Amino acid sequence: MSSGGHDSHIPLKTYFNILVALLILTVVTVAAARVDFGAFNTIIALGIASAKAFLVLGWFMHLKFDDKIYWVMFGTSIFGLVLLYFFSVLDIYTRIMQISPL
Amino acid sequence: MASAPGVNYLNEKSGLWSWLTTLDHKRIGILYMISVMIFFAIGGAFAMLIRYELFAPGSQLVDGATYNRYMTFHGAIMVFMVIIPGIPAFLGNFIMPIMLGAKDVAFPRVNLMSWYCLMIGATVAFISLFYNGVDTGWTFYTPYSITTKNGTTWMVVGAFIIGFSSILTGLNFIATVHKLRAPGMSFWRMPLFVWSLYSTAILQVLATPVLAITLVLLLMERLMLVGIFDPALGGDPVLFQHFFWFYSHPAVYIMILPAMGVVSELIATYSQKTIFGYKAIALSSVGIAAVSFFVWGHHMFVSGQSEVAGVVFSFITMLVGVPTAIKVFNWTATLYKGSVKFDAPLLYALGFLFLFTIGGVTGIILAVVGVDVHFHDTYFVVAHFHYVMVGGTLMAIMGGIFYWFPKMFGRLVHDGMARLSFVLIFAGFNVTFFPQFILGANGMPRRYFDYIPAYESLNKISSIGAWTIGIGFLVGLFVIIHGLLRGEKAGPNPWNSRTLEWQTPSPPPHENFITQPVVTAGPYEYR
Amino acid sequence: MSTVSTNHGEHHHAHHFDSAEAEYEASKFGTWTFLVTEILMFGGLFVGYIIFHQKFPEMFHAGSKFLDWKLGAFNTVVLLISSLTMALSIYYAQHNDKAKTLFNLYVTLICGGIFMVVKYFEYTHKIHMGLLPGALFNPQGAEAEAAFAAYSNLGMYFSFYFTMTGLHGSHVLVGMGLIAWCIVRTHRGEFSSKYWTPLECVGLFWHLVDLIWIYLFPLLYLIG
Repeated sequence: MSSGGHDSHIPLKTYFNILVALLILTVVTVAAARVDFGAFNTIIALGIASAKAFLVLGWFMHLKFDDKIYWVMFGTSIFGLVLLYFFSVLDIYTRIMQISPL
Repeated sequence: MASAPGVNYLNEKSGLWSWLTTLDHKRIGILYMISVMIFFAIGGAFAMLIRYELFAPGSQLVDGATYNRYMTFHGAIMVFMVIIPGIPAFLGNFIMPIMLGAKDVAFPRVNLMSWYCLMIGATVAFISLFYNGVDTGWTFYTPYSITTKNGTTWMVVGAFIIGFSSILTGLNFIATVHKLRAPGMSFWRMPLFVWSLYSTAILQVLATPVLAITLVLLLMERLMLVGIFDPALGGDPVLFQHFFWFYSHPAVYIMILPAMGVVSELIATYSQKTIFGYKAIALSSVGIAAVSFFVWGHHMFVSGQSEVAGVVFSFITMLVGVPTAIKVFNWTATLYKGSVKFDAPLLYALGFLFLFTIGGVTGIILAVVGVDVHFHDTYFVVAHFHYVMVGGTLMAIMGGIFYWFPKMFGRLVHDGMARLSFVLIFAGFNVTFFPQFILGANGMPRRYFDYIPAYESLNKISSIGAWTIGIGFLVGLFVIIHGLLRGEKAGPNPWNSRTLEWQTPSPPPHENFITQPVVTAGPYEYR
Repeated sequence: MSTVSTNHGEHHHAHHFDSAEAEYEASKFGTWTFLVTEILMFGGLFVGYIIFHQKFPEMFHAGSKFLDWKLGAFNTVVLLISSLTMALSIYYAQHNDKAKTLFNLYVTLICGGIFMVVKYFEYTHKIHMGLLPGALFNPQGAEAEAAFAAYSNLGMYFSFYFTMTGLHGSHVLVGMGLIAWCIVRTHRGEFSSKYWTPLECVGLFWHLVDLIWIYLFPLLYLIG
């Protein structure tokens, strides 16, 4: 391995800043949950979670400083899940949402 | 680490232990070959019993409940233990790193681990035989698979573990293709077999985890009644089918894509001609892999799935025909005006072309919702997927074995005997499965041990054909054993092929090449 | 990877790689491929959760009331800190600081332990109240019985709760085992600025475990 490698140029301070940002977002998500945004509750919670995920992926997992192919791989997995969700819901929405037995 | 002349991967170490702990991809490939052949024999025996039972109406051999177990074991063994690992883990493991000019796969220990996963998973699955078997069919549809009280739990756990074997093989292949290509081996110089394995590996990595979680949920359902698939508790049994086919439809392409890769190699070599439309064939593999994630609902047209979803899936399914047809046309164009040599492997490749095309075209028929409502769960479907799986994948495996046999063992097989095995399998295959199209169109449902007398004559023909296939495979086995013991010594390149695996001694030395190859041209530069 | 390590802290890359750099790159690539499979496996559960959450929003809301968001938030903080220390351990390994590498790995391990202990108390509480998956659901106490009377399929929420957190918890345990293995190897002085591949790969796995919890926490505890 060439000396230094790919990620040691992230300064120590950045790691701590990322943690602080993550903790702040955790507080925000808890606070947001105490307010009722109706249908947007889930979207807001998932949005904040995704912001946190971006910080973890980008800095703790070094994606921001790494080969772009890792974003592609990560994106592919998310895309697979979107497909699974989309087509399952396509069926379920048009089939039973209206006539649930419960 | 240059090997001494005459020392190869087969004779550098000896003893069973050296095989069971080997990290050499070639030896692991041979381990897969042996285990897959054993599983194939077991699954094939079940097929023979099924055809015996169906020789005449009424009970010939077993009652309906036992027949359900036969058909489940035939399906589960052939799908999970034979066809899925068949080409990638056996031929791919052996050939792909050599084709890339690599010394091994990226993670040799993971490679060995995946073989152990297969063996452990298979053992666990076979334990179900002692718990009254499995009678759900290989698809484990809920709600029946939740309530049936027998060895289903063991089979599900076994399939779960085998899934990891598949994931690990796929992971290894992706990393190998990305990180271990020889100098000069650009993506556009990779042999088409490697392209197809790469596409397969992507499917294995993306789809199999969803099967894993589906099987976990099914187990939870059986053991703890979690109710996610149980309508009585607010769950949705159709959701199981969505999750299951999200894996299992791509799995169909996990089974057929590597076969297409083998056929590309065979046709190019035996035509002694640059393959027609290299990039089109390579990219159509990736295209098939991509489209396969959008079409799973065509297995569920009569499951109670909504009509909207059915129509959408029906439309997308027909798109699969496009990349598939691109391949078939390009293979045909490669053969045109080639210096075609009708050795046994090429006969198998031509058999693939013929049978796979029938299987593919009937697939388009089944993709039409209105038609499928009539054909669903009839022998028409059985014939369709056997034309693809047996007529496609097994033909390619046999062709691939005879093609790479000199590379694997340094000996040639008896070509005449190999051709005889082809004639028997090919003829037997059509005799078995063509009548099933007619039976299915006439409404004979699948998965029953009995039928009305009107179906008798076609079923008799079908059974006779099945036994012919059985004899054909026995001949094939004889050819392999004969080749191992008595085969003529083969040189490094008996077929005058241009791909890298033929530019090294047969059998290859420990690290595949005596000197590191440097690639300067594409794989099919014949003339 | 048939890595061969000697006692001198030197790492010899496996025979089939051209260089240690190539080996590092391949290992990281393989780990990411593995993470993709993990995302899809957990993702299947998330998809199921979201589908049924849309189908029975009130029931899921009632179910989430039985979860203590304070414990969930505490566990979130614990895992986030462990993610930081994991990243720091790699940073110090790259700077040849063995003592600080070890310190951070131990903190990561302890955080994993705290997470599991909190999880244990949460589980025993649920089991005590009879808040069990699906058909095993057997409410004890007025609050749980009232909720069950309102939503007859309340067990489904706990089906998801136990399946998702159980699968996640098993990953935490596996991650702790891997970190312990890294600690042993750090003690032996195997990692340095020239070789830290196992730390990198275990780190990626640990961050993924954190990542999954980042989504589990709001889905299960907050929006329910």
